[in-house]
Amino acid sequence: MSTQLLEGSEAIAEAMIAAGCRFFAGYPMTPFTEVLEHMARRLPEVGGVCMNAESELEAVGMAWGAAATGTPAATGSTGQGLSLMQESLAEITLARVPLVVLNMARAQGDYFQATRGGGHGDYRHIVLAPMDVSEAVEHVQLAFHLAQTWRNPVLVFGDYFLAHTTGSVSVDRREFGPAPLADWALNGATGGSGRAKIVSPLGTHKRSDGSGYNLADHYTACAEATARMVAGVEPLAETDSIDDAELVAVAFGTPAKYVRAAVRAMRKDGHKVGYIRPITLFPFPSEVIASAAAKARAVAVYENNQGQMIDDVRLAVLGRAPVHFVGRLSLDASGFGIAPDLDVGVIRERLERVLEAS
Amino acid sequence: MSEPRIVPSGAPPSQPATLVRDFTPSLIEVGTHHLCPGCGEPVAMRAAVEAIEELGLTRRTIGVFGIGCYTAFSNNLDVEVLQALHGRAPSLGTGVKRAKPETFVFTVQGDGDMVNEGLQEVIHAAARGENITCLMLNNGVFGETGGHMTATTVIGQRTKNSLEGRNAADHGHPILLANLIAQLDGAAYVARGAVNTAHNVAITKQMITAAFEAQVAGRGFSFVEILTMCPTGWFVDTAEAPAYLGDNLAAVHSIGVLKDSARDA
Repeated sequence: MSTQLLEGSEAIAEAMIAAGCRFFAGYPMTPFTEVLEHMARRLPEVGGVCMNAESELEAVGMAWGAAATGTPAATGSTGQGLSLMQESLAEITLARVPLVVLNMARAQGDYFQATRGGGHGDYRHIVLAPMDVSEAVEHVQLAFHLAQTWRNPVLVFGDYFLAHTTGSVSVDRREFGPAPLADWALNGATGGSGRAKIVSPLGTHKRSDGSGYNLADHYTACAEATARMVAGVEPLAETDSIDDAELVAVAFGTPAKYVRAAVRAMRKDGHKVGYIRPITLFPFPSEVIASAAAKARAVAVYENNQGQMIDDVRLAVLGRAPVHFVGRLSLDASGFGIAPDLDVGVIRERLERVLEAS
Repeated sequence: MSEPRIVPSGAPPSQPATLVRDFTPSLIEVGTHHLCPGCGEPVAMRAAVEAIEELGLTRRTIGVFGIGCYTAFSNNLDVEVLQALHGRAPSLGTGVKRAKPETFVFTVQGDGDMVNEGLQEVIHAAARGENITCLMLNNGVFGETGGHMTATTVIGQRTKNSLEGRNAADHGHPILLANLIAQLDGAAYVARGAVNTAHNVAITKQMITAAFEAQVAGRGFSFVEILTMCPTGWFVDTAEAPAYLGDNLAAVHSIGVLKDSARDA
């Protein structure tokens, strides 16, 4: 295993290439831009294609087209750019096309966009939220495996810190086992066979009886596929000191690193505090939160937004303990989410206040 | 020589009709469709799939369909199909072609899909010289919603949301898309045909063939706009629609080859 000193964006780009990604399309937007830069430089070197799309609408369309040929493909942006892509992301899911999508977000206000989906219709995306560069390298590769396994988009939720932090990482290829054969993918070869393939959000097969699409059949099949995916994807979480915790602190992504430091400092001083970091935001690791909450006096949720993941935490806790929001909308003047609120001392103070009041 | 047998027109036939020959192109799996009587889109689709077969492209073709009445054909052609969103076929076609350059890629969109919803897609694909063929079925209305004004509706044309006829003061001017595309350096072949007469169908088939050949030769972006009848959306009798097309749409959207890099070179 060889380690290199890489900026997060470059590490993510290298990890995508290591995972087999051979098509990428994007449109510049801070803090996503450097991922696009690295893919534009690196993909042609490995026989891949990177498209500098005219907008996020076309970026996701190009990635959709490439992915429909079975080519491991990805796109991404910042939350604002992903807003533009939502119509396509919804339809790509209903067309059962595997795709990896990056959100190099500004702060954490895109949690609902990521986990609920900003698009129309009944669909879900798998969402992975790495905390640091080395975990992002792992998650990006896992994302390609999950996308191919479940024929579903997988979102990797990063941020400004992840994109711009330099770390010592290995971007060697990770093995997650074989993915199913992509026998659905298009290459033109079934034309004239009487069974020419179709990839469509309206149906996965042509109807030779001439009756056209049957949306009821298709949407039902998609719902069943989603249910299989939700049952089949293991929810992941990092935990620390939850066995005897009277207060359980929950956070995801970059801020979780600060919350973990605050919790560890409090533990050192004898406070019975634990920490849970959801790694898969969907499927959400509800069970580990529920069992920790059952033994605790209170749960505290830290996010750099107005409180979004807290809804999922409350659904997991189901009244077993009071759930408090200790995060804050945390934006510097740039709006890029550089998060002045990320201060271990400040977070510790808020956690102590919840503990004292519980 | 025997006398010709005269069948009185009012009498019922003595024999049931028998199919002597089926003229359905082999790449149309199911000839029946739910499009309106007099619709021009099946005629245009037929020309396209005949050209695919004649050029020997059947086993490497991927058709990318937009959303409109013609989407019915995404489900009954015997070529591989990628179904796009309304407005988004050129970017999907770009992804397919860039990922698999050995495939033959054509897209099908209507005027609402291509010129209203997703105009920048086709403009950028053309400017990039993307080696795909985009077909636009232009009937000057949103046919699937029942005859509403699009960006190609001609001045004076009555639609459901321009009941007194399109006027420039309120609704602006129609976009003549083929003319716009022809100005872009990446476009190798640009033409506008129509399916309102047998003559025009034959010309349009030649245009589609030339556009497909441009892609096969790797010359860059090729584009054929095809004027199609929509008697339902035009609120005219089915039999009058071909003449209506000639007198109204084709009077503004002129039929002809606007650019041909093979010829102009």
